[in-house]
Formats: sequence, structure tokens, C-alpha cells
Amino acid sequence: MSDSIDTGKRRFLTAAASVVGGAGMVAVAIPFVSSIAPSAKAEAAGAPVQIDISQLEPGQLLTVEWRGKPVWIFRRTEEVLNTLISLNDELRDPQSTQTQQPEYAQNETRSIRKDVMVMVGICTHLGCSPTYRPEIAPNDLGANWKGGFFCPCHGSRFDLAGRVYQGVPAPTNLEVPPYHFQGDNIVIVGEDAQGAA
Amino acid sequence: MSMMDWIDARFPATKMMKEHLSEYYAPKNFNFWYFFGSLALLILVLQIITGIFLTMNYKPDAELAFASVEYIMRDVEWGWLIRYLHSTGASAFFVVIYLHMFRGLMYGSYKQPRELIWIFGMLLYVVLMAEAFMGYLLPWGQMSYWGAQVIISLFGALPVIGEDLALWIRGDYVVADATLNRFFAMHVIALPIVLLGLVAAHILALHEVGSNNPDGVEIKKHKDENGKPLDGIPFHPYYTVKDLVGVVVFLFIFSLVLFYLPEFGGWFLERDNFIPADPLKTPEHIVPLWYFTPFYAILRAVPDKLFGVIAMGLAIVMLFLLPWLDRSKTRSIRYRGPYFRTALVVFVISFLALGYLGTQPATSLYTLLAQIFTILYFAFFLLMPIYTAFDKDKPVPERVTYK
Amino acid sequence: MRNLTLAAFISIFSLFSTFAFAAGPSSKLDKVDIDLHDKASLQRGAQTFMNYCLSCHGASLMRYNRMAKDLGLTEDQVAENLMFTTDKIGETMQIAMRPEDAKRWFGVVPPDLSVIARARGTDWLYTYLRTFYLDETRPMGTNNLAFKDVGMPHVLWEQQGYQSIDEDGRLSVVQEGELNPRQYDMMSRDLVNFLAYISEPSKLQRLALGKWVLLYLAIFFVIALALKKAYWKDVH
Repeated sequence: MSDSIDTGKRRFLTAAASVVGGAGMVAVAIPFVSSIAPSAKAEAAGAPVQIDISQLEPGQLLTVEWRGKPVWIFRRTEEVLNTLISLNDELRDPQSTQTQQPEYAQNETRSIRKDVMVMVGICTHLGCSPTYRPEIAPNDLGANWKGGFFCPCHGSRFDLAGRVYQGVPAPTNLEVPPYHFQGDNIVIVGEDAQGAA
Repeated sequence: MSMMDWIDARFPATKMMKEHLSEYYAPKNFNFWYFFGSLALLILVLQIITGIFLTMNYKPDAELAFASVEYIMRDVEWGWLIRYLHSTGASAFFVVIYLHMFRGLMYGSYKQPRELIWIFGMLLYVVLMAEAFMGYLLPWGQMSYWGAQVIISLFGALPVIGEDLALWIRGDYVVADATLNRFFAMHVIALPIVLLGLVAAHILALHEVGSNNPDGVEIKKHKDENGKPLDGIPFHPYYTVKDLVGVVVFLFIFSLVLFYLPEFGGWFLERDNFIPADPLKTPEHIVPLWYFTPFYAILRAVPDKLFGVIAMGLAIVMLFLLPWLDRSKTRSIRYRGPYFRTALVVFVISFLALGYLGTQPATSLYTLLAQIFTILYFAFFLLMPIYTAFDKDKPVPERVTYK
Repeated sequence: MRNLTLAAFISIFSLFSTFAFAAGPSSKLDKVDIDLHDKASLQRGAQTFMNYCLSCHGASLMRYNRMAKDLGLTEDQVAENLMFTTDKIGETMQIAMRPEDAKRWFGVVPPDLSVIARARGTDWLYTYLRTFYLDETRPMGTNNLAFKDVGMPHVLWEQQGYQSIDEDGRLSVVQEGELNPRQYDMMSRDLVNFLAYISEPSKLQRLALGKWVLLYLAIFFVIALALKKAYWKDVH
């Protein structure tokens, strides 16, 4: 073997090949990684859903499926709306400062219309679906219960605007999906008024 | 103490790197034909990775399989690329393997002391054929279906147990959902494990005896004062950088096919396979995949069902016996006598001709030609002990020739 | 020697691709010029497809919203003008006809057309659409040159009119349609173009990506070759 080896050139070319080859490997990885994302079929199945709420009575709760998740739609009475404000001191995030809702639902009632509440029925703790407990002060939930949602998995409590109580495992309020109204009685879940999902 | 020392005290990482790469001495005179081993390994990795991603969306169910493949081609993001990589990879695998085997034939790489490398390689070839055959059923198109029907029926030719055996393999009276499901299991897990094991054995055996080379001389005979072969160079970095060039050239050709000719005019993806499997209607012209056609031609050349199947099996068995059929002391074609050289040319022509005939309808002329080439194919092997013993080989140099 | 082997390798390669399927169907096929970049043609083809094909034939692997995107149409345009079988843009092109009914009416179940262009080839489809002729012996009153004794009636007769066949197998128009032969050929071509598109919607994406991959590999080749030479300089 001769002694005229140009180690500098070798080192430069090795670096060049590594960089260009490495970039190629990353580029090849992209299709594989993105192939795991939801397919066109899953996206089609996750399209916005229309719900007619003309038959929905005050206090009644309707569960619909959107992107495989339960979405609750329920009508709140005047009394319920009044109690919501009185609860503020017991809640973790009464003003909904965390982004758990679209901008148009970042208000006292966490909704577009005060009487109609729309939210995703998945507990923000570990993904169970809480149960609807509108009654006041039942035996199992204690005298302070003003009506709300109770998660059977780990005991998290939410009020009738989906706001989380202090001292429970769930960290944030329940999520409000993008939605809008078409007329008085049609709710479209999964889509903002301007059409963007 | 460095990280590497910590590992080496517990796992022979550096030792293995040295043994198989930086201190594995390969002859310095490798030529074009020596790229195909590393390319085969590359394709194996490619097939395994793309295969894993395909199984995430494929459905091994007779009702759903066909649509699930098209689902991958359309609805899954980049699914078309992953599927074409896999389908083109299958054919590329056989192109590379055939060239790799032909290299072995030319330079006598199967001869003592490399018989086991050859046997492991042949086993790889057979398992790969099974792997490809079972994989081809999965898209559940007309060709998938009827190809599998025909090949499984071959087992029915065996005396006494044949029909029961074919029934047992199918798990139904015809190729059906049960067949698809079990072929899927074999294709995605059972056979790949066997392939990986055989690849490891193939490479370990190679690194035990050392690589052959185009001159067919043993580089271990001449060593320097440190015990390194004089005509050997460390695999890494010399052959890693050289194989890198081979890999890039291969990927270029591969990409040309993948992006511009993924069906390859019907050879890699057959037209009839875009029609869902229909157990009641056979396509007009069944062609097996191109890499099986030489053996398919031999099968059809024999005018008897049982003997046809036996001839086809023997055609592969012959390749296994090569190390013992060849009586010549000379390895490389460069120093072989005229008999072997002629025989090899005749063999290659016969193999290619049979491959072509296997794609054509069996007219009487083509059948006659297939019979002639079948005889020539077998003559290459069966007469080998004679013509290699009497061949006039040229003197083999002591050292390899380079430049 | 090395260049020779490589050249041989490539020529064998190209030989294979040209000879492939030389042994196709026996009847002569008319050539059709497919252009997936021609969005206007694809849109016209889509219109014909939705109006005349998609009542008996489905394209159950093709989604409306994908078509909208690829053909340069908005989802509203598609929903209003091209969607007759569903109201969900994310749905595939399914039909309501039950297979049992189809079998009773036509003798066979009309095949799904999602990948028909890859199964039959575009030339065959083009020939098929244009070679219906009157045949009293057939239940539908028509036969076809590309597909002997086909079960499908001549759906586009209003456009093409009817043709008859002479002893030499030549076709001539005996009842004129709304379109002249040249216009009908254009209509057929647009439809075949659309069928070619739905059989592989990712094809344009594939061709576009191919160039960049090859360019990348060409650059990488130069570096890899230089690297190899730098190392092999000391091998004598």
C-alpha cells in the first residue's frame, strides 16, 4: 500500500456521502411514517355530522358519534345556567383559559348558544367516558353536587359546562369540538361556521 | 473507560465488527458479478420493511383482500409507493439472485471448501420461491388465484397421497379463504424467519472459509508476516465503499422501474391480477411469474403429470448437487477448458429459452423446443462428471490477477 | 467488459418490457392517446362516467373528494354536478343496484370499473366503446367487436347512433346519433382517459416524484464513486 493516501480527501468524501446518504434515508422514512396517519377512508368516516335537535327537551342529553368519539349535545335550563356562575370558586379553570374549546366557545357557558351545550364526552384524565348526572345532591355524589358529569374510572367531576372541579385527577375541562348551527335546530359537529374543520 | 469498552466487556460488538467487516479480508479482484450478494441483502431488508408496513393495512380475507390492496394504493398516504416498492422488490430480488447464482457457476464458488455456502444459498433460493409464490396469492386477483390453484394441484400428481395433500395445503376443495389466510401467515412470518436464519448461515459459512474470486485461487495461501492475505483487503472500508456504488446504481435502475414501469409491461404486475379472483372463471392465458417460468416450461415439456412434477423438482435438485457433480480442480471459468465453457453457454441458453417458453402458450412447436431445452438443461448436470473430468483446463496462476 | 455486461443487462431489460403481452387479444385494437394532465378531458370523462356508467357499474375504490382534488374541481362543484349516488363527498363511487338484480337483467354482474383500465388496457376500452353493432341474435340487440357476445347494451347509442357490420367485419353507421363520429371518438377518449385516471389516481404523483429520486441518486452516485476511488487508490 502506498503512502500517498490523501486522508483529508477521504474524510471529506466520507462526510459528504454520510450527509447526502443520511438525507436520503430521512426522505425515505417520510412516506413510511406518514402512511400510519389516518387514511382517506378514516378521514371520510371522520367527516362532520349533522344532528337535528328539534326534539331535544331541556335537561335531556343526546350522544352522537363523531370521529369514533361520543359527542354530547344537551339542553340546559335557566336554573342550570344560573348555578354555573356560582360554581366558579370550586373549579380549576372557570374562565376556560386553556385551549380546550374553539374561540367561539370560550365564554361563561362554553357554548355558542347558552341553552345548547356541545362537548366531547371523553374525560381529560385517561380517556373514559363520564356519566351524565344532572340531579342535585344525590346520595353517592354528596350534598354539594349541583348536577354535572362524573367519571366512573377515577372519580373526576365536571359541571354542566364541562368545567373540571378542583381536587380531581382530570387536569383540564372537557373538550368542546368545532361546531356550528344551521338554522335553529341543526347542529353540525366537526366544522366551524366558516367550514374549516 | 469508554462506552465501547463497557459494551465489549459484555457483548462482542467490536470483535464482531472486526471479524465480519474491518478485518474480514476479501480478495481485491472482485468484479461486476460480486455486487449481487450485498444487493440481495439490501432487497431482503427492503422487502421486510415494506412488508411490515403493508401488513398494517392489508386484510387476509377473501372478501376484503383485493379491495384492501387498492385501499393501500389510494387511501393510505404514500401507500402506493410502499406497495410498488414491495412488488418491484420481489422481481428485483430474483433478478439479483439469478445473477448471484450465475456468478457462483462461472467462478466455481460452489466447489470445495464452499459446498455448504452453496447449499445454504440453494435453500435460500427454494424458500424465496415459496415466499414469492405465497406472497403472490395475497392481492387475490385472477392470476394470484389461478396461479396458486395450478401450483397446488401439482402436489395432487404425487401417487396415493397426492390429492389429500393438495386438499390439506388448500384447507378447502379449491383455493379459498382458508388458503389465503394460511399463505398470509407463511408469507409474513414463518418463511421470513427461515430466510433470515439461512442468510445468517450463508454469511457465517462464507466468512469461515473466505470469499472466492474471479480467478478462483485461494488468497489464504499467500500471507504477509502479520498473517494477512497478500491479495486480500479489509471488507470495510474497501468493499463497503465499492458496494455503496453498486447500491446506488442498482437503486437507480430500480427507481426507473418503480416510478415509470411498475407493471413492467405485465411481467411484474400482471393485467389479469387487476380483476378480483373468480373461482368460476379461469383467465384465457395463465402465466406464472417470470422467475418461475423455466421450471414451468420443464413441467409442461414432460407429457405425464407425475413425471412432469418430478422433472421440475429434479431441475432444482440438480443445482444442489453441483459441488459433487463437478470433478474439475479448476474453479474459475477463466481457466476452465472448452468442454465446461461450452456446457455453461448451452446451459444459460437453455435456461433463458425455457424461461421464455414458459411464458408462451404450449403449441406443438414450443413443446418440442421445451423438450429439447429440458434435455440440454439436464445434460449440463448429468454429464458434468464426465466432461469436467476430461476437460483441458488451463494452468491457474498462484496469485490473483488485478489490473 | 464491465460496460458490455451493463449494456447487455439494460438491453435485456428493455426487450422484456416491449415484448411483454405482445400476445394480447386477437382482434385489432384502436390506439387511444391518454393524457392524465388534460384536466378538461378528465372532467368531461367524469361527466360521461357519472351520467352513463355509474348506474350499473360502480367504482367502489374511488372517492369523490379525491377525484375533486385531482381534477381541479371544488367539492361543491362535484357535489352539485357529479354526485348522484350519495351526498357524502368522502364516499366511494358505489351503486345501489343489487348484484342479484344485475344478474337477472344482464346475465352477468357488471364489473366494478375502479381498476378496469389496468385490467383491460386503455386501447381495449376505447375500441370497446366504439364498436357496438346491431345483432339480432343478442338479447340486447347489439354485439361488440372487442367483447364478443357482451351482455351490456349500447348505452351511448343516443350519442353514437347504431352501426351495422358487413361480411368483412367493417362497421358503418346506419342510424345517426347526436354526435358525429369524430365527436363520439372524443367523448370515448375522454371517458377512457377518466377510467385510466381512476385506475391509478396516484400515477401523476408517481411520475413527478420519479424525476427527483433519479436526480438524487445521480448526485449520490458521483459522491459514492469519488469516495470509492479515494479509498481504492492504494490497492495495487
